[in-house]
Amino acid sequence: MPQILFFYFAGMTVLSAVVAIAAPDLVFSALSLLITFIHIAGLYILLHAEFVAAVQIIVYAGAILVLYLFVLMLFNPKSEQFYLHQQFPVAIFLGLVLFGLMALAAFRTDVLGQKTLLHESVGHTQMVGTALYTDFLFPFEIASFILLVALIGSILLAGRHLERKK
Amino acid sequence: MVPLEWYLVLGFLLFAIGVVGVLVRRSIIMVLLSIELMLNSANITFIAYSYYLQNITGQIMVFFILTMAAAEVALGLALVIALYRVRATLNVDDINLLKW
Repeated sequence: MPQILFFYFAGMTVLSAVVAIAAPDLVFSALSLLITFIHIAGLYILLHAEFVAAVQIIVYAGAILVLYLFVLMLFNPKSEQFYLHQQFPVAIFLGLVLFGLMALAAFRTDVLGQKTLLHESVGHTQMVGTALYTDFLFPFEIASFILLVALIGSILLAGRHLERKK
Repeated sequence: MVPLEWYLVLGFLLFAIGVVGVLVRRSIIMVLLSIELMLNSANITFIAYSYYLQNITGQIMVFFILTMAAAEVALGLALVIALYRVRATLNVDDINLLKW
């Protein structure tokens, strides 16, 4: 049963990702990417990372995709005829080579890292919170600072007062 | 039981799709969307290793990647808006002011 679910989620993820980068209409691409994100959240549930799956749906599908859609509606780009770059055969070839090399690396290397057998409850929210607020407290603070920088920076960049200064 | 390599291959396939998307599309918004795909492939790899090594650190890394992705999207789209005000284009080929 996990194999069937894995193949469903993986197949839908790859299929909608390909549709997302191949569709001429930008809104269609963004909505296709939404399907990708939701199926990736399904993969996380399959891997017993329920909290990450919820966060994936809330942040990626809820916040980031909505931001993209807002900007797309703002520009309202027409679907052009030549939306693909001239270099696309080379790009597809390079992507295939990259995937081949990485898949080779995935099958040829042993699993590195320490196998620390925790309890059965790995992936539960309590353990994530405990690790986040004890071992990773300093990176957590840095992450909040990065968010502050992004907040101020995007207001400064996209604000209207830049034009008035000229 | 799904072997670890399947998840790795899925993540790498998504990464390759993201790279092809960056190289292939002309619209700068699609380039940003493809970067999201690549970040998600890294997330899948982290979660898969976190499950197979029974180590919670992989999931913590995913939270930091998510934070970075949110910041990147906000800043990137703000840059796109600022660029569109100045140059009135979304085509990456037309943005060549700093090209040597």
